[in-house]
Amino acid sequence: MSDVIPQGRRPRHLTPARIGVYAFLITAALFFLLPLWIMVVTSLKPMDEIRLGNIIAWPQALTFEAWTKAWSSACTGLECNGISVGFWNSVRILIPSVICSIIVGAVNGYALSFWRVKGANILFGVLLLGAFIPYQVFLYPLVRIFSMTGVYNSLLCIVIVHVIFGLPTMTLLFRNYYASLPIELFKAARIDGGGFWTIFFRVMLPMSTPMLVVATILQVTGIWNDFIFGLTFAGRENLPMTVQLNNIVHSTQGERAYNVDMAATMLAALVPLVVYFVSGRWFVRGIAAGAVKG
Amino acid sequence: MSTVSVRDVTVSFESFRVFDGLSLDINEGEFIVLLGPSGCGKSTLLNAIAGLLDVASGQIWIDGKNVTWEEPKDRGIAMVFQSYALYPRMSVRENMSFGLKMAKTPKPEIEKRVAQAAELLQITHLLDRKPDQLSGGQRQRVAIGRALVRDAAVFLFDEPLSNLDAKLRNELRVEIKRLHAKLGKTTMVYVTHDQIEAMTLADRIVVLKDQQIQQIGSPDEIYRRPANLFVAGFVGSPQMNFIKGRIEVTGSGHEFVSGKRRLPLAGYHFTLSPQAGEDVVLGVRPEHLDIVEAGIWPGFKVDIVEPMGADTVIWCSDGEGSIQVRTSGSKRAARGDALSLGIDPDQVSLFSAATGERL
Repeated sequence: MSDVIPQGRRPRHLTPARIGVYAFLITAALFFLLPLWIMVVTSLKPMDEIRLGNIIAWPQALTFEAWTKAWSSACTGLECNGISVGFWNSVRILIPSVICSIIVGAVNGYALSFWRVKGANILFGVLLLGAFIPYQVFLYPLVRIFSMTGVYNSLLCIVIVHVIFGLPTMTLLFRNYYASLPIELFKAARIDGGGFWTIFFRVMLPMSTPMLVVATILQVTGIWNDFIFGLTFAGRENLPMTVQLNNIVHSTQGERAYNVDMAATMLAALVPLVVYFVSGRWFVRGIAAGAVKG
Repeated sequence: MSTVSVRDVTVSFESFRVFDGLSLDINEGEFIVLLGPSGCGKSTLLNAIAGLLDVASGQIWIDGKNVTWEEPKDRGIAMVFQSYALYPRMSVRENMSFGLKMAKTPKPEIEKRVAQAAELLQITHLLDRKPDQLSGGQRQRVAIGRALVRDAAVFLFDEPLSNLDAKLRNELRVEIKRLHAKLGKTTMVYVTHDQIEAMTLADRIVVLKDQQIQQIGSPDEIYRRPANLFVAGFVGSPQMNFIKGRIEVTGSGHEFVSGKRRLPLAGYHFTLSPQAGEDVVLGVRPEHLDIVEAGIWPGFKVDIVEPMGADTVIWCSDGEGSIQVRTSGSKRAARGDALSLGIDPDQVSLFSAATGERL
C-alpha cells in the first residue's frame, strides 16, 4: 500500500557518504583558513598579549596600533616610514609594467596567429623556451647590459625587465585566444581594407576582453609578488613592497614585533587578494573563452 | 572581355602543390559556381582570387587589371564567408560601413550606400543591433550587405549558406539569385559543395576534384552531358545509375550489353567513337527510366520504395545489381512487385570504363 508514485523532481536524501564528504570539506577549509586566522588575530593584539602564547585566541584588548605602525612608521632599514613607501613604489612599478607587457603580448599573439610571419612557429617555440629557463640565469647578464646602457637601478629598468619576462606567457595567452577566433574574421577585415594596426585595434582588441582580464590578473599578481627583480633592478629609491616587507621583518632589533610583521604582510598581500575577489568570475570565463566563438 | 581571369596559376602550401597551372576565365556579369567535394581546392582558388593567399606562379586579372600582387582591398572585390565573419563588437551599421571608412569615403556617401544596401536586403530595422542579437539568416544578410556597400565588380561567396538550416538556405539562395539579377553587371564567384545551389544559381558551373577542373559548363550541360564519371556521380540526387557493360556492334549500329540487359544506341551522340568490345559504364539518371508495361529491360523486382512527396524513388533489382528509378509521387509500388523498365537512349551517358571519360 501507499507506495509513493514517482513524479516530478526526485527527492534528495542525505546519505552517510554525503555527510562524510561535507565533513571532510569543512575540516579542510578550516585547516587552510587557520594561518589567516592566526595572522589576523595576532595583528590585532598588543605585544603583551602575544607573549602569553595563545595564538588562536581572539584579542582581549583589541588594537589597530600594529596596522598603523606597519603602514607608516615601521623601520625598513635606516628609514622608519613604514611599508607605505614600498606600497606606492609597487604601484608605480605595477601600472606601467602591466599595461606595457599586456600590449606587447597582445600584439605579439595577434601577429603570430594571423599574419603568418615567416618562421612564426620557430619564433614562438623560442619564446616559449625562454619561459622555461630559470630567471636567475638572466640576472647577471641583464645587470651588465643595463648598467652599460645606463638605465640600471631605475623605474624604467624594472619595467623593462617585467615586460621582457612577461612576454612568453602573455604571447602564449593571446596567441591561443586569437587562434581560436575564426580566421575568416581576419580575412573579412583585410578585404575591407584594414592594415596591421587597424585590424588589431578596431577588430581584434575589442574582442579580447576576457583575455585582457586574465592577463591583467596574471600580471598584477605576478609583478606585485615579485621580489628578486625588484631587489636587483629597481634601485634603492624604487624598492617594491615585497622587498620593504622583508626589510621590516628582518631588520628589527631586540624583541620581534609579531603584530607589526603580520599587519605588514597582510597589507602587502592585499592587492592580489582584492584582484582575485573582484575578478574571479571573469578569470574562469577567460580561461574557458577559447571555446567561445565571437 | 572577362572580368576575372585566372592564368596558369600555381598555389602551393609549403612543398605541397594545390594547383599546378590552373586557368579559368569568367565573363562580366556571370554567376560562376565552383563545385566540388571538400578538399578539392575550390576555397583555395577563391582565396587566391581574393588575394588572401599568395600564388606561387601565374597571374590573376580582375577587370582588365593584373592584380596578382595587389592587396585584397585594391582588387575591387567583396567577399561573403561561411561563418559570416561579422565584427562582433560593432553594430550592423558599423559592420557595413567599416570598409568604406577604411577607404576614407565621405560620411554622407557611406550613409547613403548603407541605407541602400540595407533596404535591398530588408535589414534596415536591424542596423543598430549587434551581431549576437541576430539570427543566422539575418547575420548572413548583413554579411552580404557588407559586401554590397563596397560596390565591387566581383563578389566572392565562400559557402555562404552552409551554416544555415535547410529552409533558410532555400530562402537566401533565391535571394542571392534575385540580387544578382538586380545588380545586373556584377560578377559572382560562388563556392559550394551543394549541387543544388550550384544547379539553381549558376550560369556556368566549374566542377573541381583533386585540384583539377573536371568540367566547365552550364548547369544543363553538367547535368545532361557530364564529361566524366566523377561529374556524373557528383551532380544529381538521387545519384545516376552506373551499369558496367561493353559495346557491341550489330547490324543496326552500336549496342550496349550488360548480361541479359541490352540497349541499342542508335539515338546516342558519341563524343569519341567507341570500339567494338570496349568496356564501358552506362550512366542513366533515375528520372530517365520509365516503368512501362513491356519495357526494354523486363524482370525487375521492387526492393525499396522511398516516397519523397513530389516524386517517389523506387530501388529495384533484376539479380544483376540494383537500379534507382524516379517516378511521379502518385505512383504506388510495394516490395516484391514485378517491374519492366523503359529507357530513352537519347538521355543516357556512356563512359569509358578505363579512363572514366565520356564517350
